[in-house]
Amino acid sequence: MVVWTDQERAAISTIMGGLNYDVDGPKALSRCLIVYPWTQRYFGAFGNLYNAEAIKNNPRIAEHGTKILHGLDRALKNMDNIKETYTELSTLHSEKLHVDPDNFKLLADCLTIVIAAKMGTSFGPDIQASWQKFLSVVVSALGRQYH
Amino acid sequence: MLSKKEKELLENEWEQLTPVAEYIGADALLRMFTTFPGSKTYFSHLDISPGSDHLFIHGKKIVQAIVEGAQNISSLTETLAPLQTLHAYVLRIDPSNFKNFSHCMLVALAVHMGEDFTEVLHAAMDKYLSAFAAVLAEKYR
Repeated sequence: MVVWTDQERAAISTIMGGLNYDVDGPKALSRCLIVYPWTQRYFGAFGNLYNAEAIKNNPRIAEHGTKILHGLDRALKNMDNIKETYTELSTLHSEKLHVDPDNFKLLADCLTIVIAAKMGTSFGPDIQASWQKFLSVVVSALGRQYH
Repeated sequence: MLSKKEKELLENEWEQLTPVAEYIGADALLRMFTTFPGSKTYFSHLDISPGSDHLFIHGKKIVQAIVEGAQNISSLTETLAPLQTLHAYVLRIDPSNFKNFSHCMLVALAVHMGEDFTEVLHAAMDKYLSAFAAVLAEKYR
């Protein structure tokens, strides 16, 4: 079981509490699709992804980005049970969506960059470390039901 | 692959970052040591506590090499030849650390630049740092 210190819990809550899911979710997802264009393979039915501007203005991508952060919220609310919390989502991503689990890390890194740009120097090294630990637990849980 | 536009963008951006080289470099290093503690094993000879002079000196060195590489990305192998030798035969840092450092450098840039760290700049930076790391590790084996 993952052990969280009080400082880690506080850092993670603060970050999640400061996020605007409707803004930062879309930012993270569109950044991922721009910086790692091969991730667009999963969004063929989402319309115009022709260039960075198109991706950033795509309403379906925005909607999906918001959905993703609400999904992350589940981990925040169940920090002592993240593995079980994501069993269903993991199975979905594996069996229905066929997403390569390596991609989860790419999206996680883009979310971290969005947060760093937003928070500036208050996203210090210790906070970053706690946040990345949280994301790596989530990423691992999402990859668990791949067989 | 970096486009001509991206190479120009990178050359300009890194030149503009030269005055804050030691701050960005030290910040990236400290973030790496905190998030990836295994990376500290290569620095037992230095004081890498927050605010230490060694962090600034070493951070500056690294950023200056990155700036120099950006001035002529097409000749990266030539520019980095001495550093390639150093890393392969003397330092022998496991290349997985280059990836971790690059990530922390991107975070440091995002913190420093805020909204100006656009998706397009982020993509170009990530591509450049990956190429830089790959060239650095070329003489390993």
